[in-house]
Amino acid sequence: MTDWQKVDGLELVCPAGTPAALRSAIDAGAHCVYCGFRDATNARNFPGLNFSRDELRDSIAFAHSRNVKILVAINTYPKAGQPDLWRTAIDDAARLGADAVILADIGLLAYASERHPGLRRHLSVQASASTPDAIEFYIRAFGVKRVVLPRVLTVEEIRRLTAEVDVETEVFAFGGLCVMAEGRCSLSSYATGKSPNVNGVCSPASDVAYEERDGALISRLGQFTINKFAPGELAGYPTLCKGRFTALNQSSYLFEEPTSLSAMSMIADMQAAGVTALKIEGRQRGRAYISKVVRAFRDAVDAAAVGKEAPAVDLSTLTEGASETTGAYAKRWR
Amino acid sequence: MQNKTKLTLGPVLFHWNPDRLADFYRRIADEAPVDTVIVGEVVCSKRAPFFLPHLPSVIERLESAGKEVIVGSLSLLTQGRETGALKELCDSHYLVEANDVAALLYLEGRAHTLGPFLNVYNEDTLVYLRNRGAVRICPPVELSANAVETLAAVPEMEIEVHAFGRFPLALSSRCYHARAHFRTKDSCQFVCEQDPDGLPIMTMDNQPFLAVNGVQTMSHAFANLLADFDDLRLRGVNRLRLSPHTVDMVAVSTLFRQVADGDIDSLSASARLTEQVGFAPVANGFYHGVEGAASIASNFVP
Repeated sequence: MTDWQKVDGLELVCPAGTPAALRSAIDAGAHCVYCGFRDATNARNFPGLNFSRDELRDSIAFAHSRNVKILVAINTYPKAGQPDLWRTAIDDAARLGADAVILADIGLLAYASERHPGLRRHLSVQASASTPDAIEFYIRAFGVKRVVLPRVLTVEEIRRLTAEVDVETEVFAFGGLCVMAEGRCSLSSYATGKSPNVNGVCSPASDVAYEERDGALISRLGQFTINKFAPGELAGYPTLCKGRFTALNQSSYLFEEPTSLSAMSMIADMQAAGVTALKIEGRQRGRAYISKVVRAFRDAVDAAAVGKEAPAVDLSTLTEGASETTGAYAKRWR
Repeated sequence: MQNKTKLTLGPVLFHWNPDRLADFYRRIADEAPVDTVIVGEVVCSKRAPFFLPHLPSVIERLESAGKEVIVGSLSLLTQGRETGALKELCDSHYLVEANDVAALLYLEGRAHTLGPFLNVYNEDTLVYLRNRGAVRICPPVELSANAVETLAAVPEMEIEVHAFGRFPLALSSRCYHARAHFRTKDSCQFVCEQDPDGLPIMTMDNQPFLAVNGVQTMSHAFANLLADFDDLRLRGVNRLRLSPHTVDMVAVSTLFRQVADGDIDSLSASARLTEQVGFAPVANGFYHGVEGAASIASNFVP
């Protein structure tokens, strides 16, 4: 295990759902790439996605040859009575030379810190550690070196928190946006029986149906209508919290519009807040997305590192619903 | 012979005004056959000051009535003053239910309970927390009977299952109650007080789906695990949580008590409970390992 080499400015942590996407992320300037094994141990357990052990070994070799680090997300919660799948994932990540593992479960953190004390541990956003005390618990108990902050904090709160804890902080900068506190949401399992925490999926495609009724397109998840689109209206995927519902006799995107997070305009603020790393969401996304988003953010963090602003890049065509928000980072969002 | 099943009245998750809340706890103290009562504001710190002055007398009254009293901690913390309040609570002489990992930091080495807003999904995590002082757990509502059974097998740990009331499903820093009224969390004017069982959320086909309670999102359906009572016993669950609603909680807890005492069979009690709720369907899908909204016939074979 080598020491974690600090980059000038913000470190860029980029997603990869396949070895090809991993190469794209590295070519586009990623400092770190995070990925997961092809099973329920990570929060993007989608068909056709993720890495076999061989693929991870080869990918780590490639990444290290380019001075890029590989982080392995093992960030779902082990099923009661079945710890082996998760423990093996940690053992294999260590054996294959991963630079860090990203964990959420307390039992698994205990396992990793006992069995592989030299393997760097990052606390996943799925652990939803939103205060200095919660973070302090994970530092003292398991020696975590970095915490991925849940998307519930404003930039000012992030600044105060980062100053208070003796650990690196990482924040989401771009991509899909959970509007609920991550890791503390059972909406998907209420409608489908499959949850992000246990199964690594949210609003899974296996439970999605579209039907046409009186000219309108209806998107359903399990037994529930998530949205209804008038003829000609752009129809999106029925992610539960981005659906249209009726409250007080008024239909609206009650929880959140079908929008994506972009903190591109806040990079200098995040750097000033003492944040160590920016994370880009999207292990399920294709190479075009990865290349374009990673390149734009690498330029932006490099510029911010020398006190400059990078030229604006239009990423809106790559976002869900083709619209962007700074989400919880701005207080008015609440 | 195992001990009889115990009943816990969970914290009131909704914003009830202080008078309503005080009346509620008076009646619980005098009439509800529950063993334990959890008090305190666990959903939104903005609501907490209203009932805080009444809390010591309510606790005293419940304790005089022979109830064990636990104070629940806030489930999602984002602000410094919330941390201060949490520390004060954990430093008090009360038995505390931890609903956020921050509370675990303060409660190490003292007996405490683990609430459903903590992510305890497996026995390794539970054993770890037990070794720090946890004595009881009400795990996340989405756990299945098999998972519950595995947790129940952990020695020196009491397990409690959410058996009545809307399922708490999600937390957010955004207040959806305020948002539904075109306000923000800062300018909410406590509009959540208008919906003492939560604000109904329908699909665009007018199918009731969820209920919003400030920063919390809940199920529309009410948990009713009475029909699963014998199955729960068989799996080692000897304590059930009843989550308060505006329905007659004395009547609800009496039904559970009667089943626990063997005075009434679980299936007829379950049917009566379903009737009692009236305005919403009941569900037990999570327990049966399927979607939480489902209502599944009990698989218990005597």
